[in-house]
Amino acid sequence: MTDATTPTVAPERAAPVTLARNPSQRALGLHRELTRVWRNDRGLWGQITAVNHTTLGLRFMGTALIFFAIGGILSMLIRTQLATHEGAFLDTDLYNQIFTMHGSIMMFLFAIPMLEGLGIWLLPKLLGTRDMAFPRLTALGYWCYLFGGLIMLTALLFGVAPHDGWFMYTPLSDATHSPGINADVWLLGVTFVEISAVAAAVEITVTILRQRAPGMRLTEMPLFAWYMLGTSVMMLVGFPPLIAGSVLLELERAFGWPFFDPTRGGDPLLWQHLFWLFGHPEVYIIFLPAAGAMSMIIPVMCRTTILGYGAIVAAILALVFLSFGLWVHHMFTVGIPHMALAFFSAASVLVAVPTAVQVFAWIGTMWKGRPEMHLPMYHILGFFLTFVMGGLTGVMLAIVPFNWQAHDTAFVTAHLHYVLIGGFVFPMMAAATYWLPLISGKRRIKGLGEAAFWVILLGFHGTFFIMHLTGLLGMPRRIDVYPDNPEWVWLNLTSSIFSFVLTIGFAMFVLDLILQVTLGKRERRDPWRAPTLDWAMPIPSPSYNFASIPTPQHLGHTARNAVLSLARGEGALPGAPKGRRELLVTSVGDAQPHHVALLPGNTALPLGLSASIGVFVLLMLAGQYALAGLALVPVAMLIWVWARGMAPAGDLGRVLVAPDLRLPVHHRVHPSLGRTGLSAFLVANGTLFVSLMFGVAFLSVVTPASVPPVAGAQTLSSALGLGLIAIALALAAGVARTPTRGAVALTLGLNLVALLALLWLAFSQMDDPTRHARDALRAVVAGYVGLHILAAAAMAAFVLDQFRRGEIDAQTQGALSALQLWQGFTTAVALISVLVLGAQVVLS
Amino acid sequence: MTRPALFLLATPLLAACDGPLSTLRPSGPIAADIAFLWWVMLAGAVLITVFVLVLLVLAFGAPRRVQARAWTHGLGLWFSLVILSAVLGAGLWVGERILPRDDGAVTVQAHAFQWGWEFTHTDADGQEVQTANLLHIPAGQPVDVLITSEDVIHSFWVPQLAGKMDAIPGRTNRTRIEANAPGAYEGLCAEFCGIGHARMRFSVQAHTDWPPDLSEDDDTDMQEGAP
Repeated sequence: MTDATTPTVAPERAAPVTLARNPSQRALGLHRELTRVWRNDRGLWGQITAVNHTTLGLRFMGTALIFFAIGGILSMLIRTQLATHEGAFLDTDLYNQIFTMHGSIMMFLFAIPMLEGLGIWLLPKLLGTRDMAFPRLTALGYWCYLFGGLIMLTALLFGVAPHDGWFMYTPLSDATHSPGINADVWLLGVTFVEISAVAAAVEITVTILRQRAPGMRLTEMPLFAWYMLGTSVMMLVGFPPLIAGSVLLELERAFGWPFFDPTRGGDPLLWQHLFWLFGHPEVYIIFLPAAGAMSMIIPVMCRTTILGYGAIVAAILALVFLSFGLWVHHMFTVGIPHMALAFFSAASVLVAVPTAVQVFAWIGTMWKGRPEMHLPMYHILGFFLTFVMGGLTGVMLAIVPFNWQAHDTAFVTAHLHYVLIGGFVFPMMAAATYWLPLISGKRRIKGLGEAAFWVILLGFHGTFFIMHLTGLLGMPRRIDVYPDNPEWVWLNLTSSIFSFVLTIGFAMFVLDLILQVTLGKRERRDPWRAPTLDWAMPIPSPSYNFASIPTPQHLGHTARNAVLSLARGEGALPGAPKGRRELLVTSVGDAQPHHVALLPGNTALPLGLSASIGVFVLLMLAGQYALAGLALVPVAMLIWVWARGMAPAGDLGRVLVAPDLRLPVHHRVHPSLGRTGLSAFLVANGTLFVSLMFGVAFLSVVTPASVPPVAGAQTLSSALGLGLIAIALALAAGVARTPTRGAVALTLGLNLVALLALLWLAFSQMDDPTRHARDALRAVVAGYVGLHILAAAAMAAFVLDQFRRGEIDAQTQGALSALQLWQGFTTAVALISVLVLGAQVVLS
Repeated sequence: MTRPALFLLATPLLAACDGPLSTLRPSGPIAADIAFLWWVMLAGAVLITVFVLVLLVLAFGAPRRVQARAWTHGLGLWFSLVILSAVLGAGLWVGERILPRDDGAVTVQAHAFQWGWEFTHTDADGQEVQTANLLHIPAGQPVDVLITSEDVIHSFWVPQLAGKMDAIPGRTNRTRIEANAPGAYEGLCAEFCGIGHARMRFSVQAHTDWPPDLSEDDDTDMQEGAP
């Protein structure tokens, strides 16, 4: 259908996607063929090498539940300590570790991985495909999450957990005021875990945009996919400021490079800006997938379709954009100018509008249909009550004068639990009870789930409703004793007692899940009579999801009608005739079939790479910085091996997708999924760079003036060095466009020249980074650019190796397209850095 | 409800709002403005919550014909915008009233450190007087507090008089407080600052005469703080 060497242009929008039906086959035979190809290996080794999205999605969610339990135990310890006014239960430093870990575990080790897991598990089923775009990356994300979480937990067990609050404000968290490895555990551990967040964000973006079933237009896909797309884009832009801030603070703690130290040109507020630039989008990242789950469940519970699909999509997009403009509302008391106070107050109030649009659309859907009180509906009602109240207190906190009284009191603690438990935990409980039959194939035991719901509802509101008053009576956050304030005792005691009720409720909920999975009776297929593709398969879901990919004919029907046809191979790309994992890649807008992607099989490489990154992290924690640098070498080598796994091998001929359609394999098309993934990653990387530039601008312009020492650089030499770097990289970006061996070799050479010039500049012209923030930032930017040049050189070497092996020809690009994109990005950040730092020199 | 019954109900509720650090027992115009704003917002929040719950209850039953735009645009967009604009307007208006301004108000200094406060005011001779954990201010007039920090971020907060403002090393922040009547008021550090954070308390003494005469142990201008 398409010539493999030219980029495929999507046909006119008017032409609908049509695919002829494949001949019917024996469903059982197809199932066996697919299972042989797609299943995990046996035993423990199978668990280690699994890359399948169903396995990994469940693993993410299961691990997240365990961390929820641990975080919950920590909250019990907090409430026990606070039940009386001078509790002798915990000493102060231990208490500080416990509340820091409670927040950090719940935010980083429970909420984010839980929603990642739900997305990874559910999206391929909803979209009509067989796996996520990058299965090995999914596995890498899981191992990084697990290892990072274990590092933090181990620190807690040894009494050296982070103890400066989950948002780690400087200067309290710097080396002077928090000596010891506690803060480093947070900085390194959380950054390690965030590898999984960025990986999941890249993958989810690519899967939603390019793997939908043929004919499933972007404007018609299930709402959960829109929510996850918004979430993943927010993650790509929201996490890098945190990563940037964490890297800077770790550099300050480990090497004394000042970024947040006011005595050396730094600013404690820079940390707060970087943190909250992440922190505010973070809570919407947590809310959106939960809202997505509800947008799927409510219509089914009400036997109707969602009201206001278009308005909801608009609301999602509005939330995605608006949520990046609110972060300063966490900083209303730091002394920012009045105009800024007014602006961020208005923006924070405005963000309630898209949220309200969704809430009323859901209620309107319930009015439109006939709500049935199945167990998921209980949790949805719990959401409505709790989240609406939490949203209202949020609007109150957006009003500056009130914020100045309520900030940093128990009122905020009450608000955040209302929106997080109301807006995330209740919907996740609805999702768990709704999708558990698809996971387990079993039916639940009636009664226990409803009882658990009521106990949770009572326990939650008993604990946190009264906490609003506690805060208004002046009780601040993060204190362990309050001997001078007996008027707070009955309030805290009430909260503590009900918190135990809440815990019992959660335990009952988990027990209900366990009983369903172990003792439940077999459930019939499609128990909810839902219209979406996730139920158009046997339950529990098979490792390959669909024996054949749904086509427009299947999309028009309910799951019940489509399932048999799909199981018999009448959809596209039936079975696994060549013994390899194949899925269909379609166009972004109309989902026109584009090519067939071949996915990797089971491998232990993700575990190996994650473990080697873990070694680096542990060496950094141990203060062995030279060894830690050396530990990056095996990491680089494993990344090379990983890339080798993507090289073209085996049968590269066109694949028969439908009787009237043969499509090329992904090695022979542009853009491949990998290329889209790299673009998504560069959005995150670019945001990291912008965060660094923000730091430069902030410290130059906003921070109360601190005169930097005279720079030791000689103007002419530095200018020549910078010029050489700029020219070499600009040439490299241009040369890389030519797909020949010689051009790539030249690109490699130019990168090495630039790198050498940068190293010369760094060691002979740049000042000691520990002197002043200006010098420290220059060093960081130089390091960032240098790493990118090094990576570009390595990529060029990889492509040369591919030429040597004969893997690149007129039809097959290999890693060339990736090199071009990366080189362009490297050149751009280098040129911008030169300009920005040059401007800083000229203007100072 | 009968008058005695209302009184019986109100007393425990009002008592529940009491306390030396209570924002709901304001002792100055700034804290009073904010408390009033709070009660108005609370009333609005209760009404909206009840409204949403009623809509939910009514949702159960036979399917109804619905106008999508009434829900998404009418309620979601316009209903929210109207209410949110009103509350934002109220907030901006109150905000303007409570900000520090250049009007010759008495200025004092608060310097925070791990874990205590050093306050400075100017006495009758123009000398700077430093006090530990006790801030002297005039009663019945606005006072601007210049807030600094020795080490980490702390926060200066006297709930009965005004909102809080952070003490950030490398910066000087300014906030305005005002006590209606002379007396003692309680304050606390409101930003987590390490091991001693929970006990980092201070007091504010408002005087009828300014600058105050601290040499005698004269209690004539040191009455109990207004309830």
